Amino acid sequence: MSAGRLPARRGFSRQRMTAVLVKEFIQLTRDRLTYAMILAVPLVQMMLFGYAINSDPRHLPTALLVQENSVFARSVVSAIANSSYFEIEHEVRSPEELDRLIRTGQVQFAITIPGDFTRRVVRGDGAQILVEADATDPTAVGSAVAALASLPSEALRHDLTGAAAASARSAPPFELVVHRRYNPENVTAYNIVPGLLGVVLTLTLVMMTAIGVTREQERGTMESLLATPVQPLEVMIGKLAPFVIVGLLQTAIILLVARLLFGVPMAGGWAGLAIGTSLFIIGSLALGFLISTLTRTQLQAMQLSVFYLLPSILLSGFMFPFRGMPEWAQWLGTVIPVTHFLRIVRGALLKGQDLAEMAPSLLALAVFVCVVSALALARYRTTLD
Amino acid sequence: MTVAIRVEGLNKSFGGRRVVKDFAIEVERGRITGFLGPNGSGKTTTLRMLCGLLTPDSGSGEALGYDIIAESAEIKRRTGYMTQRFSLYEDLTIEENLQFSARIRDLDRVRQRVEAALDQLGLTERRRQLAGTLSGGWKQRLALATATLHEPELLLLDEPTAGVDPQARRTFWDEIHRLAADGLTVLVSTHYMDEAERCHDIAYIAYGELLARGTAEEVIRSAGLVTWRGEGPGVDRLSPELLGDPAIELAAPFGLALHVSGRDASALETALEPYRRPPFRWTRTEPGLEDVFIHLMGRVEDNFR
Repeated sequence: MSAGRLPARRGFSRQRMTAVLVKEFIQLTRDRLTYAMILAVPLVQMMLFGYAINSDPRHLPTALLVQENSVFARSVVSAIANSSYFEIEHEVRSPEELDRLIRTGQVQFAITIPGDFTRRVVRGDGAQILVEADATDPTAVGSAVAALASLPSEALRHDLTGAAAASARSAPPFELVVHRRYNPENVTAYNIVPGLLGVVLTLTLVMMTAIGVTREQERGTMESLLATPVQPLEVMIGKLAPFVIVGLLQTAIILLVARLLFGVPMAGGWAGLAIGTSLFIIGSLALGFLISTLTRTQLQAMQLSVFYLLPSILLSGFMFPFRGMPEWAQWLGTVIPVTHFLRIVRGALLKGQDLAEMAPSLLALAVFVCVVSALALARYRTTLD
Repeated sequence: MTVAIRVEGLNKSFGGRRVVKDFAIEVERGRITGFLGPNGSGKTTTLRMLCGLLTPDSGSGEALGYDIIAESAEIKRRTGYMTQRFSLYEDLTIEENLQFSARIRDLDRVRQRVEAALDQLGLTERRRQLAGTLSGGWKQRLALATATLHEPELLLLDEPTAGVDPQARRTFWDEIHRLAADGLTVLVSTHYMDEAERCHDIAYIAYGELLARGTAEEVIRSAGLVTWRGEGPGVDRLSPELLGDPAIELAAPFGLALHVSGRDASALETALEPYRRPPFRWTRTEPGLEDVFIHLMGRVEDNFR
């Protein structure tokens, strides 16, 4: 053998490196889904999250209970409305109604102007306005509460005359009492830890089932399985049932750690939590199964799962206040099952909601389970066509 | 004779390419039929259509008395199918794979059946070994055992012995003949000529068409080939030269010898005349299956050009 015909360079060979490089590029473009993901992931995610996420939410839904019809009360209300942080959506007549609105999460704030407000302001006798905040999500509440700081000294400036105006210059004519309900110490962990339950369940369950089924296709065991008389529903239930146990186990671990290490309150709502968790686990598994019917390889299944996971973290209200997002993003968030699951978990643990109060979210999860399961079964092929 | 399979006019296309064309075949019960043909000739697709894994684009037929399209579930129940790739669960043990196979087919007496299969395989001692750690030959035998656990009436084997050593192949084929003796109908695709000769019947498929059908002898006879065997130093290098003559349809080296075939006996003799000189020696021989298949394939390729 002459060395001239077979040059085997010992050092770094650019041609050998190029051979690997070119091969990688070719393979990258052969897998169309991967190719699409490379382009779609940054674009979609940037558009979605660049515009949707807002950690300084404004126009938060607010309920108002005014127990006296007076000039002062109207001035305070308009000052609150002008701050742009509060959107007065409900004017209620009883403290019970106010309480119900904040408990069910329909409003973020409940403001009460008591019946003796004007009298106490005029007399300089410790007038108060009560602002109750749903502090399950501290971020959502923080800046709105901060914006209220100047309210007592500013709101009545034009209404006060004489002696009252003079004393108002030295001290504000009334006091603002802020109640951070469900999370009085503003602990972020109370909000994040229950939310993690939804994210962890999504991450593991969707991905595990999606990969579990595509693995059978990749390894060729699916062909043998299809050659038997086994029915789609039998395969689906058999494949998913073990993961239900995995999901329940994870739920137990997270709740235990949340209680023991983070001291997350457990106000009750166990029935709703149990139903909601079961629905969410089943729905996530069915979604994984659906993903597996749309993909051919484990890598593709993984990519689609991640594609689903990102909005579940960012648009569901897990990391950023749901109400801080623009309307279209809130609409998108409503389609994501994690959003509803988070409401159930936080509602149960922090607020102790009963079944009726959780009904809308439970119903949403039930719809999700039915739709995804039906799609997965319809997509599942009993042939190789 | 009772018929196990009778299909006609089967067609199947993938992405605009017709893989199976107007395929028709009749298979007797209890016979072992070998599907032969080059790669990509539609053997796997045909087998898959017969067991309901693929729906034909058109065509009709029966397998085991059931309609292959409308009653594919009934056919699946009575059919064992062994795929080209090892398709058992590598991360399950031998025993677990057998149990799974028995249960997925809703069989009774699962334990007894699994015990019997382990015993039959001689794997009772190794039952707890992971299937992925078995050698190629054992994997195939295990796959055959799982495919026949439910005592099927029809067994479809897709290149069951690819990459398996001759000893293991022999054991495998002994097993297949034992099953066929009990009345099982077997369809097996293969590339090995020695395996083709072990089959009762042969079906030769190329480019989706059935080109020859019958026993090995019938297929050889119907090709009408005359074959001469040339020996002597350098005879195997003559083939490019010889193929230039239209009378010579086939010139294929067999080790150091050369098989030269054509359908016109006298034209073949004339064509060989210039080479009847030392060091070459020529003897008339019977064409083998391989000669016939290469000849058949060559003719189809001509039609495609």
